[in-house]
Amino acid sequence: MPDPTESPTLEARKKRDQRSLAIALGLASFMLVVFLVTILKITGNIGGAP
Amino acid sequence: MVESRSAFAGPQDYFALLKPRVMSLVIFTALVGMVASVADGASINPGLAAASLLAIGVGAGASGALNMWWDADIDSVMARTLTRPIPQGLVQKSEAAGFGLLLSALSVALLALASNYVAAGLLAFTIFFYVVIYSMWLKRSTPQNIVIGGAAGALPPVVAWAAASGTAPTDAWILFAIIFLWTPPHFWALALYREGDYARAGVPMMPNVAGEASTKKQIFVYAIILAIAGVFPYATGLGGVVYLAVSSAFGAGFLILSWRVLKSPPRSKEAPKQLFAFSIMYLFALFAALLAEDIYALYA
Repeated sequence: MPDPTESPTLEARKKRDQRSLAIALGLASFMLVVFLVTILKITGNIGGAP
Repeated sequence: MVESRSAFAGPQDYFALLKPRVMSLVIFTALVGMVASVADGASINPGLAAASLLAIGVGAGASGALNMWWDADIDSVMARTLTRPIPQGLVQKSEAAGFGLLLSALSVALLALASNYVAAGLLAFTIFFYVVIYSMWLKRSTPQNIVIGGAAGALPPVVAWAAASGTAPTDAWILFAIIFLWTPPHFWALALYREGDYARAGVPMMPNVAGEASTKKQIFVYAIILAIAGVFPYATGLGGVVYLAVSSAFGAGFLILSWRVLKSPPRSKEAPKQLFAFSIMYLFALFAALLAEDIYALYA
């Protein structure tokens, strides 16, 4: 709920910051998942190497 | 300074583009497919299984965002979809399209990395089928839209089975068949009490094309086929006696409520509403029974 004492620009800026933070967290999570999946794949394949 | 409404969009509005409730059902049916595959002898690292389920869920969300992009015009005239982020002006159409495409690519890539190319290919096909075949083509052109389009919603357990085993055997396609046959009576029950909505939007759903009486008959016919298909996993050994009991009881319930819809007076909303609500419980109950049996078999 927007604060009625706050100007629309400030509220919009707050929402933009939230969106930016969500993008940053989303990208970081994706990188972490890809990293962990890669590690799991590598570890799983070590025993199977000829 | 006057800001456009999209300047006030928060992360939750982008999350809403992913159709979270549909996404949760997709993840659940995919989980059942994956566990059934493992119970059938497949082997997958739990971490890779979790990553695969995440990819399948995000892929489903991505197709939801692309569907909202394409259907923005009809969403804005239907009461059920009017509160979605694009009709509300919180998210621009182009942003939803970009968001959906990006997540589609990332989800398919992640599934390829975490499991195999068969599963990734099936996920890519599922997204393509839902967005291009169902949303862009069938939805506005034929009352069979959700019959054929239902294949997209039925594929997640097959994708998950393939993620764990690299194959898609008959049992995986039985799970597909249950969801595929469940889709028409589920959506036609909804369309019966939301008929005005679909007619206003120009979407040719069965009630506003073939009429209420014909739709009710078709719902009942699908209910009979579904009740039979529902016990099929027991016949193939995919499900045990618990599953047989659950699928028989819920199949009978589905039949009774479909019969009530068939016999309900014209324009009555109560019976279709009851069937719609029960149909969600039906699918959940059958898949939960399979999951419980498989987990018991794996760990008992």
